[in-house]
Amino acid sequence: MRDALGAVQSVLVLGGGSEIALTTVRKLVGDRCRTVVLAARRPDELAGTVAELQAAGATDVDTVAFDALDPASHEKIIDGIFEAHGDIDVVLLAFGVLGDQKEFDADPASAAQAIAANFGGAVSAGLAVAHNLRKQGHGTLVVLSSVAGERVRKDNFVYGSSKAGLDGFAQGLGDSLVGSGARVMVVRPGFVHTKMTEGMDAAPFSTTPDVVADAIVEGLHKRRDVVWAPSQLRYVFSALRHLPRPVWRKVSDR
Amino acid sequence: MTRELLTGWGRTAPTAADVVHPMSVDELAAGLERPPERGVAARGLGRSYGDPAQNAGGRVLDTTGARGLIDLDLNRGVVTAAAGTSLHALMRWLVPLGWFVPVTPGTRYVTVGGAIANDIHGKNHHGAGSWCNHLLAMTMATPAGGKITVTPQSDPDLFWATAGGVGLTGLVLDATFQLRRIETSRLVIDTDRTRDLDEVMALMTEGDDRYEYSVAWIDLMARGASVGRSILDRGRFAHVDELSAKQQRDPLAYHAAAILPMPFVAPPKLLNPLTVRAFNEVWYRRAPRRRRGHVATIPAFFHPLDAIHDWNRGYGPAGFLQWQCVVPIGAEETMRHIVEAFSASATTSLVNVLKRFGPGNEGMLSFPQPGWTLSVDLSADAPGLARLLDRLDDEVLAAGGRLYLAKDSRMRPSTMAAGYARLDEWRAVRRRVDPDGILQHDLGRRLGLV
Ligand SMILES: Cc1cc2nc3c(=O)[nH]c(=O)nc-3n(C[C@H](O)[C@H](O)[C@H](O)COP(=O)(O)OP(=O)(O)OC[C@H]3O[C@@H](n4cnc5c(N)ncnc54)[C@H](O)[C@@H]3O)c2cc1C
Ligand SMILES: NC(=O)c1ccc[n+]([C@@H]2O[C@H](COP(=O)([O-])OP(=O)(O)OC[C@H]3O[C@@H](n4cnc5c(N)ncnc54)[C@H](OP(=O)(O)O)[C@@H]3O)[C@@H](O)[C@H]2O)c1
Repeated sequence: MRDALGAVQSVLVLGGGSEIALTTVRKLVGDRCRTVVLAARRPDELAGTVAELQAAGATDVDTVAFDALDPASHEKIIDGIFEAHGDIDVVLLAFGVLGDQKEFDADPASAAQAIAANFGGAVSAGLAVAHNLRKQGHGTLVVLSSVAGERVRKDNFVYGSSKAGLDGFAQGLGDSLVGSGARVMVVRPGFVHTKMTEGMDAAPFSTTPDVVADAIVEGLHKRRDVVWAPSQLRYVFSALRHLPRPVWRKVSDR
Repeated sequence: MTRELLTGWGRTAPTAADVVHPMSVDELAAGLERPPERGVAARGLGRSYGDPAQNAGGRVLDTTGARGLIDLDLNRGVVTAAAGTSLHALMRWLVPLGWFVPVTPGTRYVTVGGAIANDIHGKNHHGAGSWCNHLLAMTMATPAGGKITVTPQSDPDLFWATAGGVGLTGLVLDATFQLRRIETSRLVIDTDRTRDLDEVMALMTEGDDRYEYSVAWIDLMARGASVGRSILDRGRFAHVDELSAKQQRDPLAYHAAAILPMPFVAPPKLLNPLTVRAFNEVWYRRAPRRRRGHVATIPAFFHPLDAIHDWNRGYGPAGFLQWQCVVPIGAEETMRHIVEAFSASATTSLVNVLKRFGPGNEGMLSFPQPGWTLSVDLSADAPGLARLLDRLDDEVLAAGGRLYLAKDSRMRPSTMAAGYARLDEWRAVRRRVDPDGILQHDLGRRLGLV
């Protein structure tokens, strides 16, 4: 159960290898979290992480095979996790692919595939999680959206639009859960230095997984609906959102 | 039956449950039938601060419809009341008849069932013990045993597992307990305003035995040499000849009502560090340095906070919590250190109470044990609070103390286990009366009791 100060006892990560998610999980385990389930494409690769989390004090650590691109399997896998591990206080929906806009332009099918993972997979997995949280009467689904979806820009509009769709879905799902005890928290990081962005030029306000994880933990404590990381991005984007298109094209050109 | 979001008095961790409102003791007992997958919990008046009266995804039985007197022996002062009866109602009925509840907490809006489930204590603990010391019998409904009468003689294990057992050993349907005779509805009170913590502890150690009721209000916003300055109120019920001529015309007169409703949606953070510091200052200065024989009413002496309806909204949307520990006599150093830690921290605390407990009872999870108990109100969004409380928990455990479940909303399961030495014994009784784990609640899940 989540306690009065927002500490949680169990967490499920969808996209179990995500650096942002694992940094968050480490912080949760450093507090009261004892159950960790990592759902990932290649669970075997997480053996080291499992050992590390156990050493840090988690008593029930498990990995499960999960592919965002196989939506037909999501309900069964997620129901199975809730069945096997009991209450899950927090679910981090963290999987995602960034891709490369030029490659998407050259191979439209691969663009649709990215949308299928980032958005389509999140819809089937998010709905299956919501169903379980509703039944359980409590719990928070944390959705890793992105500022890239807040205002989509031309040099990554496939990724950006997948996050715009995801963000809208997550807000709507959150609204539909009001009164059920379950909640959705939307997280909108800016540019984060992780393996996803390795080798890329950092955007303004670039940040680290540690800062994003702290923002997530604080958001859980304060029962926030939306978290920006770093927090200034909230104000930056409230301005950027309203720029006229020609100005936006210039500002977002990198 | 409707799905409702529930929290405790601190309004911190809402979860949803199907709430049913039985209107009689029999309907309450029927609440255990055809239990849902996530079990059944009882909820009295929801005055516990944390999560013992909520049951995420399961069923919650609102006991307050099962109320009223079932039997009353005015000669012996023995009453049987339905479990959902409030202490407020009991006082309204019984005080004019010359009887008072054996124990009252700092609010009269608690039910008889809740009084048993937390084995509540009051200002008379040093002499009278806690609620279940005065409990003679109860009718219970347990998942395994159906409807049964339980006394300390008939089934001591179940009786003492239920005393303080946070409702996880069966539903209490009604309770029979011993009242305390009173000649008047007034109290005669001596007040001492102390400079610091040492002075108040010395006064309590030396003089509590001369008073039936004793409690100190401690100012945790005071710093420096004033750390722990307190107002010590001690008293007893008045005899008729101690009342004024006017009061003597109706010595058992009793009026209790909430007067000041909080605005429904309180201004965010009405109780912030500034207002709380100001309140504490006024509260402390207002008290006389030393006063003897002051006559006060029951509500004024026992339930000052009840004068403000819904005062728990004053802490704003983040909600608040209470932290209440007990440390043994001899651990005064630990208590001093705890008081200093709160005073030095950025936390905001309005209502802080220090009391010297007498002997505990046989309740397996009953909180009181001989020693010093401190309860502190804290805004849930105070910076650094989680870490501070974890650290103080450890100090309490190291001193041989523990934390009170009625107030808890955040301790670690291991803190609970380390503080309650008879937990395994309690678990064994629970397995016997509820083998399938039908009685469930959020606190039970959080602390690994269910
Ligand atoms: C302002 C204030 C001051 C307080 N001061 C004190 C004090 O001085 N001393 C003290 O000891 N406590 C104090 N308390 C705490 C309070 O006395 C306890 O939390 C008490 O248990 C609340 O009773 P309730 O009816 O509201 O029960 P709830 O909070 O609704 O429920 C508490 C527990 O009782 C169980 N329960 C309720 N009814 C039944 C039943 N019929 N059968 C089985 N289980 C049942 C519930 O499942 C739950 O686990 C104070 C609380 C407040 C808000
Ligand atoms: N980094 C940033 O700048 C940034 C900014 C804003 C938002 N975000 C979002 O934050 C989330 C976490 O990102 P991160 O920075 O932590 O990057 P990351 O470490 O690369 O994590 C992304 C994870 O998604 C997993 N994944 C990709 N496709 C999957 C599929 N089909 N099925 C299952 N898992 C799949 C990856 O698994 P494999 O290990 O198997 O590849 C990887 O573990 C993502 O949703 C990302 O879009 C990131």
